[in-house]
Amino acid sequence: MTALETPPRESVAGGGFAAVAKGRLQQLLAFASLIAIFAFFSVASPFFFTYGNFTAILFSTVVIGTLAIGTTFVIITGGIDLAVGTGMALCAVMSGVFIVNMDLPLVVGLVATVLFGGMMGLINGINIALLKIPPFIATLAMMLVAEGLALVVSDSAPIYFSEEPSYTKISTGNLIPGVEFPNAVLVLIVVAVIAGVLLTKTVLGRYTYSIGSNEEATALSGIDVRKWKIAIYAFAGLFTGLAGIMISARLGSAQPATGMGYELQAIAAVVIGGTSLSGGKGSILGTLIGALIISTLNNGLQIMSIPQEWQNVILGCVILVAVYTDILRKKEA
Amino acid sequence: MKIRKAGAIMAGAALALSLTACGEDGGNAGGGGGGGNGEQPYIAIVSKGFQHQFWQAVKNGAEEEAEKQGARVTFVGPPTESDVEEQINMLTNDLAKSPAAIGFAALDSQSAEPLLQQAKSQNIPVIAFDSGVDSDVPVTTVSTDNKAAAAEAAKHMSELVGGKGKVALVVHDQTSKSGTDRRDGFMEWMEQNAPDIEVLEPQYGGGDQLESANITKSIISANPDLKGIYAANEGSAIGVIKGVEESGKTGLKLVGFDSGKAQVDAIRDGSMAGAVTQDPVNMGRELVIAAMKAIDGEELPKSIDTGFKWYDKSNIDDAEIKAVLYE
Repeated sequence: MTALETPPRESVAGGGFAAVAKGRLQQLLAFASLIAIFAFFSVASPFFFTYGNFTAILFSTVVIGTLAIGTTFVIITGGIDLAVGTGMALCAVMSGVFIVNMDLPLVVGLVATVLFGGMMGLINGINIALLKIPPFIATLAMMLVAEGLALVVSDSAPIYFSEEPSYTKISTGNLIPGVEFPNAVLVLIVVAVIAGVLLTKTVLGRYTYSIGSNEEATALSGIDVRKWKIAIYAFAGLFTGLAGIMISARLGSAQPATGMGYELQAIAAVVIGGTSLSGGKGSILGTLIGALIISTLNNGLQIMSIPQEWQNVILGCVILVAVYTDILRKKEA
Repeated sequence: MKIRKAGAIMAGAALALSLTACGEDGGNAGGGGGGGNGEQPYIAIVSKGFQHQFWQAVKNGAEEEAEKQGARVTFVGPPTESDVEEQINMLTNDLAKSPAAIGFAALDSQSAEPLLQQAKSQNIPVIAFDSGVDSDVPVTTVSTDNKAAAAEAAKHMSELVGGKGKVALVVHDQTSKSGTDRRDGFMEWMEQNAPDIEVLEPQYGGGDQLESANITKSIISANPDLKGIYAANEGSAIGVIKGVEESGKTGLKLVGFDSGKAQVDAIRDGSMAGAVTQDPVNMGRELVIAAMKAIDGEELPKSIDTGFKWYDKSNIDDAEIKAVLYE
């Protein structure tokens, strides 16, 4: 799991042991919060601490988690991606078009869907890096385009995968024999490990941090920032495509009108996980913990029968606390 | 390093505090917190929505009846009626609490089927409400008979226009069950009972006020001899009122559906003749009654009609009408 941790490379702080310790501590904090929340709910409700409920929490983390992993890359570059929610809905619809309407073989349809997500990311990247449209506006526009296209392509009606039982198995099946453990969670774990390795061990990850820390310096050192930015957005888009598959596989249908608001939850997960919105810092493990904190809170508060009005209030407080610690950290640096 | 530690401690403390504070609060409001093992039977309700007036009215009805019957209810629903995944998560969470019964209004029947099967295997009776759930798991469906309500609207329309002339329909959509039922109920009544009324081809405005207003204006210009317009939901009704007003045409009889401030105001000032409304409070009540019966193992009919009411200027301030209208 080392690949998932914050990399020792902190270009501004100059690296070294102190920086490593600092990154670890932030993650430790998020992790400690998760443990505290778990402990709290376990004491508060007799229905919380059960195997079935744990898998329910993990299951409900998959879609937001997948989106949040892609968003982590974008946010580390100092950007933002508002298009992942409705983009996911469009990808889900495209998956329906590929697999149900066009009757493509399952694997081909899946790959095409993920690549479609990548293509949306590519367009975002081009708009941001070449046309110099601020990420907030470029992806806001893409959010609207995707929302509309999902309805246009699907004719505003859900596409059902009833004829493709193997499609829903991607999410709801149990690959591990004899254990009730949804495949969707396995997918999230595998994808997180891959993303973690790419972020910490490859040139793509290195430039992601580097652009986020200091874009100008990165450019001056001879790196084609524009090219890499486009690459990073396109790469992040792949996760939007995958999330489209995961949500439609879980529901057994591609719901064209869904997805709005998921982008904010993904951003929240990333921020709670210690990734800085000003770029240059962050980790996949932190993001996963952030996503888990959100889904654990949602689950636990409902299990405690806390009125729904309060659930969002509490979630909002958690985000505030997370961002505040981020600010404290920066002040110190 | 010191500041960081302080921050970490503060963060942890704030989190714990907010959780306990809200936890206590919620526990009291929810009537006993998470424990479902008490003497009161616990009914978990997963709705299609939560903050809309309509759902709040269902919730109030359910809570009122639960108190009367000595049951405990919780009521949750996704922020919008397209958040299918969130509704599935909510149903999962409620199932984990092993309720005595579940009330469920499915956004997408097919997506919920595995969970409904799970409820069945846990011997938790499921009561569908608002719209039918396409599954054999629910023991009954508690909903408005939209066709009968639309027929009531047709009857009043026929009276208003004197049993003859051209009448138009502005419907929210042709795909949802409520859309088709409210259309067909109106048209079938007219066909059977009002041979002298010519019903124009229904027009669909997606429940969008602006679009429905535009449709209304084109209907009026295409049919100068039009006598009345029926609007099948709140958004359509507001659009029709707006469209008629903009067109400057007078003397048209308008009949609406549901309520909402704009429609209620129009009925008060006479620009709309009247409307049929569902009875969401009664829906909540009937839901809990059905759930209690199911818990006791009683047989239930396949569907339970929660009723509808016709309201116009003359009875809009009656207590029983006021109770089912929302602003």
